[in-house]
Amino acid sequence: MEIIPLGDSALIVRVREQFEDAPEKTLDEVLRTLQQLRNAAIPGVIEVAPAYTTVALFFDPVAVAKARETPGDVIASGSAFHRRRSAAAAPRLIEIPVCYDAEFGLDLDRVGEHTKLSAGEVVDLHSTAEYRVACIGFVPGFPFLTGLPKTLATPRRATPRKEIPPGSVGIGGAQTGIYPLRSPGGWNLIGQTPLKLFDPTKNPPALLCAGDRVRFRAITREVFEASKQGGASR
Amino acid sequence: MIITRAGFLTSVQDLGRSGYREFGVSSGGALDSFALRVANLLVGNDENAAGLEITLGGLRLRFDEEQIVAWCGGEVDVHLGSMALPAGHAALLPAGEELKFSQPQIGCRCWLAVSGGIDVPLVLGSRSTDLRAQFGGFEGRTLRDGDELVLGKSRRSPAFAKTTADKQTAATKSISSWTAQHDWVSPAKRNPILRFVRGCDWDRSNTSMLQRFTSETFAVSLDSDRMGVRFDSPELKRQDNVDLTSEAVAPGTIQIPPSGKPILLLGDCQTIGGYPKIAHVITVDLGIAAQLRAGDQVRLSEVSLVDAHRLLLEREQQLELFRIGLSLHTS
Repeated sequence: MEIIPLGDSALIVRVREQFEDAPEKTLDEVLRTLQQLRNAAIPGVIEVAPAYTTVALFFDPVAVAKARETPGDVIASGSAFHRRRSAAAAPRLIEIPVCYDAEFGLDLDRVGEHTKLSAGEVVDLHSTAEYRVACIGFVPGFPFLTGLPKTLATPRRATPRKEIPPGSVGIGGAQTGIYPLRSPGGWNLIGQTPLKLFDPTKNPPALLCAGDRVRFRAITREVFEASKQGGASR
Repeated sequence: MIITRAGFLTSVQDLGRSGYREFGVSSGGALDSFALRVANLLVGNDENAAGLEITLGGLRLRFDEEQIVAWCGGEVDVHLGSMALPAGHAALLPAGEELKFSQPQIGCRCWLAVSGGIDVPLVLGSRSTDLRAQFGGFEGRTLRDGDELVLGKSRRSPAFAKTTADKQTAATKSISSWTAQHDWVSPAKRNPILRFVRGCDWDRSNTSMLQRFTSETFAVSLDSDRMGVRFDSPELKRQDNVDLTSEAVAPGTIQIPPSGKPILLLGDCQTIGGYPKIAHVITVDLGIAAQLRAGDQVRLSEVSLVDAHRLLLEREQQLELFRIGLSLHTS
């Protein structure tokens, strides 16, 4: 475990060097570290957040100056990790309904061409695999999902789209994800979910969080419209 | 508060959001949080009260009732009727009188505090506008001409505690004579120097690149916003094209994307990023960074982490003295 300053008000705890060689193991270790750092209630710490191989810890240097130990010292001494060596709670499994119709799956053909699969095969593969949320970022509520079948990996579009509708499901390299907000983006769009991935009026504001297990379920256009009108949120 | 002219880009901001980074929510808030804190103290508000962040001026507003206002930030001509209102002075603004912000001569942004603060709903613990995700602040957007904003309950500003009785006897009395120190209320500089601490990818960079980083002048690009300041030059291209795993970034982080043109992240930056982090501008200099605009020339100068913390603690101690000074005015 490595502790690296991130400016004067944050630091990064690097739990593992690599993510791709062992995503599940890395994710579990990172989440366990996150939980331990949270439980340790280190003086001056404002918040902690995970990302792939690391946990970032943001602190108030003024409050830290009044404490006996800095967050870096607390972590380096290992005292943050003594208590609760218990296993993390089993991750949730969340099902995301997706309409893979061509109208939403604007890049299904592109993915098909690259992977030498038919659009139907792409959809089948995408909706039968199980994924895990490696982290949330890019925009609020955007889940970076690990577990995409290798055959589906497709490079990002050379020119990103200026505007992607909320709920769009995409493939970017070896990852898949969902755009929660209208935003620019370069991932290959293969479908759309009627679910709201980010809602600032709710707490937590994001549907997903790091560690969650995720499955996609193919739905028809009719079901998509019905659940959109029904205000399908969570 | 009635916005008669919204200006180029004006938004409601407080000291920002914390606790939601794990969901990808940026800290946001006033890009120079210290300037907003000082302006709030001057009008008798809590430091975290919501004010306006005014980018490149052009704002005009008035109130239905008499209000106390103060602003800090770039070098801007601000007028209260025909009277100039300098940065860092509290002023009593009579009902109906217009407060006007010209375009800055130096710098980019300023922060206006109004007694009582701007009363927009708390969203995820903050009144700040998240412009990218379009929530918080006033309807999750920048202000438009004609917008009407509700103010919170005001306490009496220390600046006018003693003079309320004869406040309208002379026009000069409507602006407080005392102020905070100059670099707090007017942090914008021509050709500023930003102090930085090393980032985790500093050691991975070659010496000629590091030498250029600290010796060359950085030119601010037009393509800069609340997410970050982009630089047109220098081009610090890397030989090795490492694909880094995304990890946390923070306001102040300087990233080097594949183009080699550095990006200095500001308050609305993403929570994670995969570009090499070569350095981080120290917290006390983020206010100077918030003033950068297209065409500005910047230099970078290294300090130790110990010095970065010392500078921040010293400033906080001075602010504490300032708070005490203010409370003496009210007693």
